[in-house]
Amino acid sequence: MTDVAMLHAPAEAVLRLADDRLVLGHRLSEWCGHAPILEEDIALGNIALDLLGQAQGLLKLAGALEGRGRDEDALAYWRGAGEFRNVLLVELPRGDFAHTMVRQFLFDAYDVLATERLAASPHADLAGIMAKAHKEARYHVRHSGDWVVRLGDGTDESHARAQSALDALWPYAAELFAADAVDAAAIDTGVGIDPRALREEWQAAVAAVLADATLAPPSALPPDDDGGTGRIGRHTEHLAAMLAEMQSVARAHPGAGW
Amino acid sequence: MTRLSPAELARLLGDGWDAPPAADAVAPRPSRAPAAAPTEAAVWVALAEVPDPEVPAISVVDLGIVRGVAVAEDGAVTVTITPTYSGCPAMREIERDVRAALVQRGWADVRIDTVYAPAWTTEWMSDAAREKLRAYGIAPPRVGGAALVTLRRAPRAEQTMPVEPVPVPCPRCGSTDTRLQSAFGSTACKAMHACVACGEPFEEFKPI
Repeated sequence: MTDVAMLHAPAEAVLRLADDRLVLGHRLSEWCGHAPILEEDIALGNIALDLLGQAQGLLKLAGALEGRGRDEDALAYWRGAGEFRNVLLVELPRGDFAHTMVRQFLFDAYDVLATERLAASPHADLAGIMAKAHKEARYHVRHSGDWVVRLGDGTDESHARAQSALDALWPYAAELFAADAVDAAAIDTGVGIDPRALREEWQAAVAAVLADATLAPPSALPPDDDGGTGRIGRHTEHLAAMLAEMQSVARAHPGAGW
Repeated sequence: MTRLSPAELARLLGDGWDAPPAADAVAPRPSRAPAAAPTEAAVWVALAEVPDPEVPAISVVDLGIVRGVAVAEDGAVTVTITPTYSGCPAMREIERDVRAALVQRGWADVRIDTVYAPAWTTEWMSDAAREKLRAYGIAPPRVGGAALVTLRRAPRAEQTMPVEPVPVPCPRCGSTDTRLQSAFGSTACKAMHACVACGEPFEEFKPI
């Protein structure tokens, strides 16, 4: 972390919150018209919309904190993959429905805790966005948790798919709880929380649902300091491909209004 | 998450495209000339006639999303609004409708600010607005309802359907023998239910 980057710690911290939601929201939106049943298509679209709306408010705020004149559209459409600050978990391809739901549940269970604490931020705008996000996250985690149980405790096929998704995604969850100098500086300025403090409560909540779902996590989580590299802009190859699609219209028609 | 209006579609698609009647456009009114200078009270009255585009039974004022009105000495009007659900796709349309309603009264200098704090909650919806929703066929948000979204899981035997700890009364027959079909519905702010007593499906304005 360079000194220059530390100057922007509050903007960086808000960008992390925003990018998790922007990228996961986009991944969920890929299900539009493809979900297994109509109600689920609608639900996934709604959850994606909540996440995108949260991202919009957070990106606007990050742009204001950064002070370089970038608005939410500039940040969403005109940054390359290396400038995104989301965790790797949310950028992975959506996979099958079980993969999408297990990923969503692991994130939602974290999100409901993170947003609750951020809603108490002394920064009024951030607190307002997070207070609403927390209420939305409660609907999200109930939905994804119900699906994890249905799939895990369902047919042999759905159980196998859910377990396979959990095995693949579990190591990525550690990054949600990794903390660095940006988090420390953000806490000092009132726009951050220490993600490590959420981990125990998250593990307990997730373990309860997984037990209901007859699913077993493959291992304890890797240590905090081995959590992934998304927060510093080093991503899997999947993010750039996703952004190429997400940003294509804005980049083909720079400055277009609609 | 942007939607094009019929007029915007027509412009993009050219003359060959037959635009449907713009149901969402503000109905034309007889012009009122000369326009009286705006007052805050008059602006509120005007806004109380702007329907929510997704739930037209109630106005944007009923909904509680108009957080403030200010009129400057030179007649410039600033309306402060806040989104319902974070991703509500109607916000831009609401902005346009609010502006149109004020411009129509001859108040051309309109600024619309969007604020995020404090976060909107269904608790701000008036009793009158709740009753309008019910009469329209949408179950109003339960008071204190956001806290009812429980994260505690029900016993497995009861988990064939999502758990709704306090049933939502059917807006049609009033029965509380109803089932949650999905917490996500036709818009970001609605859930889908079905009434066992009268057999009708219905929507609920979700508490948040």
